[in-house]
Amino acid sequence: MNYQERFPVEAGDFASAGEVSATIKQKLKKIGVAQALVRRVAIVSYEAELNMIIHSLGGEMVLELSPREIRIICDDVGPGIPDISLAMQEGYSTAPESIRMMGFGAGMGLPNISKNVDDLKIKSDPSGTRMEMVFFIA
Amino acid sequence: MEGYFHSVRLDREKCRGCTNCIKRCPTDAIRVQKGKAKIMDMRCIDCGECIRVCPYHAKVAYTDNLANINTYKYKIALPAPALYGQLKKLSSPEQVYSALRLLGFDEVFDVAKGAEVVSAAVREKLKTTDKHPLISSACPAIMRLIRVRFPELIDNIVDVESPMEVAAAMAKREFSRKNGVSEEEIGAFFITPCPAKVTSIRSPLTRKRSRVDGAISIIEIYGLLTSQLKHGAKLEREDEEISADGLGWANSGGECEAVGKTIKMLAVDGVHNVIRALEEIENNKLSDLDFFEGLACTGGCVGGPLVFENGFVAKSRITTLCASLEKRTIPEAKVEKAMEEGITQSTQKVTPLEVLKLDDDFMKAMRMMEQIEEITARLPGLDCGSCGSPSCRALAEDIVRGSAVELDCIFLLKEKVRHLADEMEGLLKKL
Repeated sequence: MNYQERFPVEAGDFASAGEVSATIKQKLKKIGVAQALVRRVAIVSYEAELNMIIHSLGGEMVLELSPREIRIICDDVGPGIPDISLAMQEGYSTAPESIRMMGFGAGMGLPNISKNVDDLKIKSDPSGTRMEMVFFIA
Repeated sequence: MEGYFHSVRLDREKCRGCTNCIKRCPTDAIRVQKGKAKIMDMRCIDCGECIRVCPYHAKVAYTDNLANINTYKYKIALPAPALYGQLKKLSSPEQVYSALRLLGFDEVFDVAKGAEVVSAAVREKLKTTDKHPLISSACPAIMRLIRVRFPELIDNIVDVESPMEVAAAMAKREFSRKNGVSEEEIGAFFITPCPAKVTSIRSPLTRKRSRVDGAISIIEIYGLLTSQLKHGAKLEREDEEISADGLGWANSGGECEAVGKTIKMLAVDGVHNVIRALEEIENNKLSDLDFFEGLACTGGCVGGPLVFENGFVAKSRITTLCASLEKRTIPEAKVEKAMEEGITQSTQKVTPLEVLKLDDDFMKAMRMMEQIEEITARLPGLDCGSCGSPSCRALAEDIVRGSAVELDCIFLLKEKVRHLADEMEGLLKKL
């Protein structure tokens, strides 16, 4: 049996930035996922959520949970990541000045994500990006 | 019964079963059942938010009576730095010493001095730690909050005792050496702005047994103290030891200030603000910080639930007093000695308290979470609290945990009644 929940994420919605990842964190704590793992998921889902708000045209985040693994899927409707290997480099950012002024867009999003996941799949083209982030439970 | 002694309690007679406290509690520890509030022991962190918001004063803090000091042959008062913000026209902290002596204490030892020693100990820890940020251990309510809501951050808490503990140890040692009496005969009583301190005396988190023997609330002693100050209490000696660095701990940011001006630090006050900051620390968003000071009360200890004076007024008085003490400092030898003697070191690790978990069985917990979502979707989402739970989601969780039912929601109940009435009406027509 799996647990699944979907959360819509709106582009540019800074007012609710971080709410989805906070909800995910809270739920995992309640379900009893090990604290250190909850923390990794929290870091990753926060970065992923912010990426969608800053860079995408909106989409949804899905939390899938089984006794073996936690899976976070981010699906957005574009415009896609032009060069994934560049985006994986620390400090590389395509965020506009206005976003950086808000303290975001330091180019640490994807590097932080890949550092904290057990498995990461990214598929991206101009019609959208799909990221699947997997964490193994012990 | 480790962990379950609580200073914060309910006065059932006074409780009207309103929703003020349940909505304000930072750990969702209060429910109203059968018209009375009920505090869940496992979750309560003794922050005293409920004491502050209860319009009927039905939330109370257990503290010692002043008369309790007489169970000891020798009595030492340990005034919290916050005490000095309570009193008008105080030219120096020492004025209070004489007044406290007149109330029956043999000696007065300022917790501010302990604070200064703690500042030095924290400074040392900062040199070697790999935790960013290191989290202050000063506020007992925040320590308990971390234990319940942020167990992953327990390792970030600096393993240094609180100023109260350090002051008690120093005071007892000094007094017993000076007067040639055994430490067992000495009772050290904290003059407290805070119920969580009372709890940490009775059931400490960082050591087996507290060195403090009791706590008297500022509000209990305030009247006695001011009248002593008005009549009779003369300045009896000039103690050069209490300093601005120590006294400043009464205000939020005071600890950061005393620990060091060169480190990257953040001071946050008010328990709900602290929760937001801890969320960020947990998400690694503040890993460039060296030190984090989180205090549960607005303004810091000056805003404690057991003080008399408006916290903002008290804060300004502390600032003024600190300015007048600027050049003073506790002798360095004293700080070094206290640290050498190991007085500042915590001897026990804080343990997590996993009370938020739905069930020990992962599969079962997952199923319960699913049910919570289903029920939440049926509830009106008004978070009115009329059911006795702090929010619709909390009610859903209570239902799944088995401590509430859906019809506790007055809106669902109303719907149900309407539905029944309709059926009755329909039935009536058929008769």
